[in-house]
Amino acid sequence: MFAALMLVTGVAALLLAAWCGWAASRDQPTKDWHFIGMAVVTVLALVQLVVGIVLLARGEKPEQGTTIFVAYLLGAFACVPAAGFMSLAERSKWGSVTVAAGGVVLAVLEVRLYDIWGG
Amino acid sequence: MTSGEAEVATTEDRPARLISGPGVLLVWLYGVMVVGAVSRSAYQIATDFGRAPLAYTLSAVAGVVYGFITYTLVRGGERARRAALVCCAAELVGVLVVGTWTLVEPSAFPDATVWSDYGMGYLFIPVLLPLSALYWLRRARAVTP
Repeated sequence: MFAALMLVTGVAALLLAAWCGWAASRDQPTKDWHFIGMAVVTVLALVQLVVGIVLLARGEKPEQGTTIFVAYLLGAFACVPAAGFMSLAERSKWGSVTVAAGGVVLAVLEVRLYDIWGG
Repeated sequence: MTSGEAEVATTEDRPARLISGPGVLLVWLYGVMVVGAVSRSAYQIATDFGRAPLAYTLSAVAGVVYGFITYTLVRGGERARRAALVCCAAELVGVLVVGTWTLVEPSAFPDATVWSDYGMGYLFIPVLLPLSALYWLRRARAVTP
């Protein structure tokens, strides 16, 4: 079940990256709809963080260590909002590129998270 | 007031913004690398330093360099721009030296560093980032009056 959550979050992050990359290619800054998309991805990452902590509290052990697991969960949660705030300050296509990069980074984090959890 | 002082005053008043346009992407990627390199090396040094002291120390150094570059980019201004230029050049040298070192003599590195194999584990961002940053910082001077 946790693997499915990681997959959904990773795919959503890639979709967000493609969407903002498309906006950037048309020379557009991030708009309200993009921020709603970022909010959706962030909520998924938050759910993932909570579920991950609940699993730890139940006594399950990630394959590569609890500390790394929690660090990646926090990083995954903070990733897209941080890029979103930077795109708020940069109202050009470069703001969109930054959010797209944030989506790609989150997708990479999800892959690592999957390895750390152990499938 | 001499003309020299007036010049200094204007540059002080309007520091070159380094985080507008493509700069914001650079700050974002450097920020990611700071978190990645610092947290990774902090964890490795705290838990198992003896296993690969050289690799973990190099990761920590990389993290500090990334942190300083991020700070200079956010701060802006001509002095920060020059400091960032020097650090990016140092970073590029570091990536190339460590990258080559890990390929030539893998036995020196029982565990990977951020800069192993030219940053392959980080999508080659460690080697691409200083190149694009050097390009951006040089252009930023040309635009600034």
